[in-house]
Amino acid sequence: MTTQRTSGRRKQALAAAVAVAALLTTAACGGGGDDDKGSSSGAAGFDAANNKVAQASAAKKGGTLKFGAAQDADSWDTTRGYYGMMWNFARYYSRQLVTNKAEPGAAGAEITPDLATATAKVTDDGKTYTYTLRDGVTWEDGKPITSKDVKYGIERVWAQDVLSGGPTYLKDVLDPKGEYKGPYKDTSADKLGLKAIDTPDDKTIVFHLPQANSDFEEMLALVSASPVRQDMDTKAKYGLKPFSSGPYKFASYSPGKDLKLVRNTSWKQASDPLRKAYPDEITIKFFSDANQLDQRLLNGDLDLDLNQTGMSPQGRTTALKQHKANLDNPVSGYVRYAVFPQSVKPFDNVECRKAVILGADHVSLQTARGGPVAGGDIGTNMLPPSVPGAEGQKYDPYKLAGDNKNGNVADAKAALKACGQPNGFKTTIAVRNNKPVEVATAQSLQASLKKIGITAEIDQYDGSQTAGIIGSPSNVKTKGYGIIIMGWGPDFPSVQGFGLPLWNSKYIAQSGNNNYALINDKTIDGLFSSYVTTLDDAGKTKIATEINHKVMEGAYYLPFVFERFINWRSDNLANVYTTDGYSGQYDFVNLGLKNPKK
Amino acid sequence: MTAPLHEPTAEAAPSAAEEASVATSGAKAVQGRSLGRIAWERLKRDKLALTGGIVVLLLVVVALLAPVITSLLGQDPNEYHENLIDPLFGTPTGSLGGVSGDHLLGVEPVNGRDILARVLYGARISLLVGFLSAVVAVILGTVLGILAGFFGGWVDSLISRVMDGLLAFPQLLFIIALVSVMPNDMLGLTGSNVRVFVMILVIGFFGWPYIGRVVRGQTLSLREREYVEAARSLGAGRLYILFKELLPNLVAPIVVYTTMMIPTNILTEAALSFLGVGVKPPTASWGQMLSSAIDYYESDPMYMVVPGVAIFITVLAFNLFGDGIRDALDPKASR
Repeated sequence: MTTQRTSGRRKQALAAAVAVAALLTTAACGGGGDDDKGSSSGAAGFDAANNKVAQASAAKKGGTLKFGAAQDADSWDTTRGYYGMMWNFARYYSRQLVTNKAEPGAAGAEITPDLATATAKVTDDGKTYTYTLRDGVTWEDGKPITSKDVKYGIERVWAQDVLSGGPTYLKDVLDPKGEYKGPYKDTSADKLGLKAIDTPDDKTIVFHLPQANSDFEEMLALVSASPVRQDMDTKAKYGLKPFSSGPYKFASYSPGKDLKLVRNTSWKQASDPLRKAYPDEITIKFFSDANQLDQRLLNGDLDLDLNQTGMSPQGRTTALKQHKANLDNPVSGYVRYAVFPQSVKPFDNVECRKAVILGADHVSLQTARGGPVAGGDIGTNMLPPSVPGAEGQKYDPYKLAGDNKNGNVADAKAALKACGQPNGFKTTIAVRNNKPVEVATAQSLQASLKKIGITAEIDQYDGSQTAGIIGSPSNVKTKGYGIIIMGWGPDFPSVQGFGLPLWNSKYIAQSGNNNYALINDKTIDGLFSSYVTTLDDAGKTKIATEINHKVMEGAYYLPFVFERFINWRSDNLANVYTTDGYSGQYDFVNLGLKNPKK
Repeated sequence: MTAPLHEPTAEAAPSAAEEASVATSGAKAVQGRSLGRIAWERLKRDKLALTGGIVVLLLVVVALLAPVITSLLGQDPNEYHENLIDPLFGTPTGSLGGVSGDHLLGVEPVNGRDILARVLYGARISLLVGFLSAVVAVILGTVLGILAGFFGGWVDSLISRVMDGLLAFPQLLFIIALVSVMPNDMLGLTGSNVRVFVMILVIGFFGWPYIGRVVRGQTLSLREREYVEAARSLGAGRLYILFKELLPNLVAPIVVYTTMMIPTNILTEAALSFLGVGVKPPTASWGQMLSSAIDYYESDPMYMVVPGVAIFITVLAFNLFGDGIRDALDPKASR
């Protein structure tokens, strides 16, 4: 009877979705009946926009670019957003001194000047960064953007009590001792009391770093370094209507429902070397059900998924079977893995950790993640392929994609013996309950560990409480979480932007901890310290590789996959390309439409 | 209750079953047929109920023999068969969700576990929780209902208010909250067993007021009957009257409500597992299978159909059987 009721409800929901879809389609077409004037499909082909530009010349000015999403941004406030898709989208309405290049693939992760005339003039052994602002850069009311606006925008990162959520790299690097209290508690008249930033005139901004950090410019390229004008700062409410410095401005926003951007008429193309600003309007429609969103994408009502995390299994199957030309299969920059907290016995012993790594069936884990296409290639180490210094599957110390890909029971048992647990042991796998794919990987791991005598219990915890449950080392120890299933992507493509919070002993926190393995290794800490003072790219790459090797030798992690996902682009989308700058997402800022009237 | 009273009352009051048979068979057939016999004869004539009963019996046998059946088929409910999965889509290769000679009902998407074996093992969980929680509810409901009905006064008020309160309680939400704070190990139980134990207790606990109300109502009318008066006037003790005079006459409604309660409990268990607070993986359960089938209802509909049909058949069989028993035991009740 439950079945009957359930399927009945689902049918109703489907019927409702179809009805709504039909209504909205008619509304969007405005009764024009203008079906495809161009080609019947026009899609660029499978993987045509993966690391290369698809149909650049087909992009026309005008029209409405329609995003759909199952998940709203954490905040649209440039200081507070931490989702990759938010950083990507924020470039529509915000500009930074420097930003990622608007180019496909690896080039998209390189830094290019935006508000500044050139990348930083670095002096004083990497401790002073100087920028000059471009002429003609303006706010949405036509007033010029000054260096003081940039400084104020960056100062907002210090106000974590009001504006929590965003990355705090700038604060950690510019003010490691936490002396500045943030603009809202600033006693100076102009609220620009942060000593580490100088604004000698309206066009010049100088950063003084207490210690050099070779990734500092990467941090300035994050949207949290966007300018904010003091008189327009609505503090905690700023995310509802940020004041635009980019080609588009907020027209309306109802959280969880919809968002609409319209052209910012004060923005001048000549002042912006990067943004093409093809469409007239940009809309986002939020859905509570991912299946419904996929259906709308497949119908062609929407152009792309804002979240850029791949389609749900249902829509993915239909898309792969019937609309393969509309799909790209980029690498996301995420590594999906299991991590072993050393506080939980017997994972304090490296041999027991190795036993789990060797005993796991890596093909099975890959299938659980979605297979080679929707899941990704088998992960063999912890550095995502998009990070400089990564070696991809070439570095495979445990032969996870080679001889041991289906699990090596003999070696795993030998490791168990060396660990002093020849008959195996009992442990608990902690997994987020809101990620079916992660639960599936937990079950796969459970099944293969059983073969080497390790009995694993699966504990599905509330996925929205991650910071307090697995982010609390004391809770992890009490609950006996010997294995935690997680994933991680770089904030910016460097070993620091990816691995610092995961592997550095300084980042072990009592709440919101990300160093789940509780790695406290002098060598790794030392490598990170020398990384930040190494200014040449070759040196940085070498250290990144070394850190990755150290982490793998410690057997703290069992990598599952170097994640890939299936990404949808509509027939009408032009100038589409994925970029490593935003973890394999499409670069939103330069998307155009082939047929603006559609 | 004192010893000397025992014999005289046993003679004075006819056995409850006889009393009932006299009452139900009326004046024309005065041969000594027991209530059970009459009910059985009625039930035999009710083909639908009999079918339901047979299916229930089959289900119980199948559930008990699940390990034997699956090992005869050469399957294990938790064994992965990823070679049967299309890596591109994550769904089983072959038609109807990978139906083959080895896997009679196909395999699960992604991991390729045998669906038949999982449905058989799932039956164990469903029936175990269904039966045992009904037992908990019946014991609590009968004892408290009979006390409320018999003693009346403040005892009745208290128990009745408690029942009202429990009936108004959001049971499902409570269980979800309870399960999330449950420890992994408890009373020597671990993992899924803890969850099963908690589900049985909680579903049983929230189910007793339904049966308690019926028993209370029946007791209220029975306690004024002549044979009870007779026993009382002969000096029978309260407990004697409760358990020897009243209880046997409550058997019919209790049996009827128990058979009706089991399918409801099975559905509650399925709902809980569906919501992810039932048994833990890898233990198979019908609700959990349905829940994971949602992501594949278009690409692999068989995965949803199989556990769905299993729940449907089970609940239908129990309901038909329960209806039949009610008609057989209580022909006066209007349909």
